[in-house]
Amino acid sequence: MTAREEHVGLPLATYRNARSYPFCPGCGHGRVLDRLSDALVELHRDPRDVVIVSDIGCSGLSDQYFVTDAFHGLHGRSITYATGIKLARPELTVIVVMGDGGTGIGGAHLLAAARRNIGLTVLVLDNFNFGMTGGQHSSTTPDGAITSTTPHGNIERPLDICATVGVNGAAYAARCTSADGDLTARIRDGIECEGFALLDIWGPCTAHFAAKNGASHRMFAATLERLGFATGVLHRGERPEFTSALATATRSDEAQVSRRPVGVAPFSAPRLAAPLRVVVAGSAGAKVRSAARLASRAALLAGLRVTQRDDYPVTVQTGYCVASLVMSPEEIHFSGVERPDVLLVLSSEGAAQSVRQLAAMGPEGRAFVLPGVTPAATSAVVMTIDPADASPTPSAKQVALYALALVMLTTGVLSEEALLSAASAATNGHADAAVATVRAAAATSRQMAAGQSHAKTAAVTSP
Amino acid sequence: MRELIDGSTAIVRGVLDSGCTFFAGYPITPASSILMQMMQRLPGAGGTAVQAEDEIAAIGMCVGATLAGARAMTATSGPGISLMSETIGLAVMGEVPLVIVDVQRLGPATGGATMVAQGDVQFVRWGASGGYPVVVLAPSSTEECYSLTRRAFDLAERFRCPVFVLADKELALTTDSVDVVPRSQPAVRARSVAPPGVSAPPYRYEPAADVPPMSQFGGGVPVRFTGSTHDESGFLTKDPATVARLNEHLRAKVMEHVDEITAVESDVQSGASTIVVSYGVTAGAVRDAARRLRRSGGRVSTLIVQSLWPVPESALAAAASAHDRVVVAELNHGQYRREVERIVAGRAEVVGLHRTDGALITPEQVEECVR
Repeated sequence: MTAREEHVGLPLATYRNARSYPFCPGCGHGRVLDRLSDALVELHRDPRDVVIVSDIGCSGLSDQYFVTDAFHGLHGRSITYATGIKLARPELTVIVVMGDGGTGIGGAHLLAAARRNIGLTVLVLDNFNFGMTGGQHSSTTPDGAITSTTPHGNIERPLDICATVGVNGAAYAARCTSADGDLTARIRDGIECEGFALLDIWGPCTAHFAAKNGASHRMFAATLERLGFATGVLHRGERPEFTSALATATRSDEAQVSRRPVGVAPFSAPRLAAPLRVVVAGSAGAKVRSAARLASRAALLAGLRVTQRDDYPVTVQTGYCVASLVMSPEEIHFSGVERPDVLLVLSSEGAAQSVRQLAAMGPEGRAFVLPGVTPAATSAVVMTIDPADASPTPSAKQVALYALALVMLTTGVLSEEALLSAASAATNGHADAAVATVRAAAATSRQMAAGQSHAKTAAVTSP
Repeated sequence: MRELIDGSTAIVRGVLDSGCTFFAGYPITPASSILMQMMQRLPGAGGTAVQAEDEIAAIGMCVGATLAGARAMTATSGPGISLMSETIGLAVMGEVPLVIVDVQRLGPATGGATMVAQGDVQFVRWGASGGYPVVVLAPSSTEECYSLTRRAFDLAERFRCPVFVLADKELALTTDSVDVVPRSQPAVRARSVAPPGVSAPPYRYEPAADVPPMSQFGGGVPVRFTGSTHDESGFLTKDPATVARLNEHLRAKVMEHVDEITAVESDVQSGASTIVVSYGVTAGAVRDAARRLRRSGGRVSTLIVQSLWPVPESALAAAASAHDRVVVAELNHGQYRREVERIVAGRAEVVGLHRTDGALITPEQVEECVR
């Protein structure tokens, strides 16, 4: 015996405290709780390492009668608290006591706990109705049974709790009654089982259900036979328990918290005197966001403040994609762009999304479009960028970056140096392609400046 | 040194730097980025992250984990807060330190998942039955997504109650260039835990506004936690005097410490007749408008409220007192204006500037209201 065990007086003769049960005469709940105490005595568990989590209803009173830790929460959610406790302290013995009401309203949690195979022991004190609230029918009320809410007989099929958790990954499932002589052994099974264990323990609600439908062994037997439900230990599974499986799965995660970006120091003075609002409107999958992100990084390197907002449909891989950038020599308080200074339209989907912004632009605005793209009506100066002018011609995935880099260079907002530096920092093996694309854009820009390009665009100064 | 991050990333950093050890969440736009980052990063920081079967389970797991000693948080959007509201009440009743990030989107119902709004301002305060107080912090910039998340963890431990970080879609998902924050921020306080082995009643408070140390599961002394009205040992009771004292405690421990919670950015300009009150993402437009107005010779005051709940009444009253007009700018139909009107109580004209079309209030709109 360890000093700690000696301190608490282990082994205990009972895990019950001095409080007496509040249950009705003939109710099965008290008997089940006594067997739970017996099982804990046999297992020699330190009561300070046992948490009993109760649900709501008559079974929800259960946690008050033990010398263990206790959690009494909301209806149907006991398994969620138990899951949190087990995840935070996997070494604790966590026992859930719930009713057949809780298995109905909390059905999603029951399923999830079985699928995870988390090491909880769930005792369902199943008395076929809501005893505390007036004998209404529950998730396990047998078909045909009379309750306060099924005056003509229940027409819903009762939930087979054991089969449900068994087929969905539980480690242990047993059906028994509160009067069974081997109930202590079955509860021991459940607690000793590493994974998710559930006992569906039938018992009489003498105040309501039994009064109208009986609760004899013969009645139980007839119900079982009619429904085709078996009794005893119905399922044993061998899957890894969730908390240990999770620990194994995440063991290789490095201490990532220390790998935080250190930031970049701007290498050039800001080239903008006032905020510049840039919108890139194109199609999903055309790397609009990536191109804008690269421009954002370049702006950061150029000593500018920058914000980037992306807008796209929830389906992500279809339709439009619009990136809005604000670049500014001073702090940016507002990242919205209702009236762009520069707008780049890469596709007809982008054109459809930029109608309002084009309309808002004045004659000082600059709009750039790809060949074949018809922009909406605008007062802005519209110029065409033809990727075919580039050498080498950018691939479909590089067109957005080529066009945006060319716009940034020809408007004088960002330098080739800043764009190249940002491109070389691209991740996922995209750096080489991005650098080549920026170089191609820079070459086109130089040709345009020298008047050698066939491109219809012209260099403009920063607005 | 500067870097590009969005508000979600700033929040996640704030969470990790606060010593968070447990996260449970469920996918929802626009809060999924926080879920994904926490799932990917918390295990490496020594914590546990889990994707729950729904939002009810997510916050339920957080409550259970907290009772077992974890520092827990979840993140969702308005529809998820709806599902969590019963458990938020449980956390209030059981005095559970908990951080809940609400990345607001346009409601009601499914609303606009990818559109911005500030429609949950009253909801997060009053969403749980009983009406007992919680703390709500609203970051108004990417930097504040970090600093106020840390503050949320600190206040959760201080008052043992749910603390909301009320963000929004634009703040969470817009990338921003920020100065890299040194990690030597004010530390988040450690949990006050009942001394081991001492069997003191875990729910004894004297006076009522006092916050007792927390007793945790597996701590060596049997601990009772309950969402029912309870006595100082955690046993159910309906004794009127005991129940009254419990509920007065739940009210007083937050409401009598408003000054400790209050966080506002007051920028009063002498000679200005209008003050613009705002919070969250809308505060950005207000800051921008004030900068432009003042550069063109105009005068305007601003008050940005970071601690929305409990309402910083004295700060609001003081800021409003020197002005003839109070403009309240927010992305809803005037939810916080109700609070401002209550405090100003007719001493100045209160005007609402509202937008509920899924777009941001612009600096130009703010300027128009001031002129």
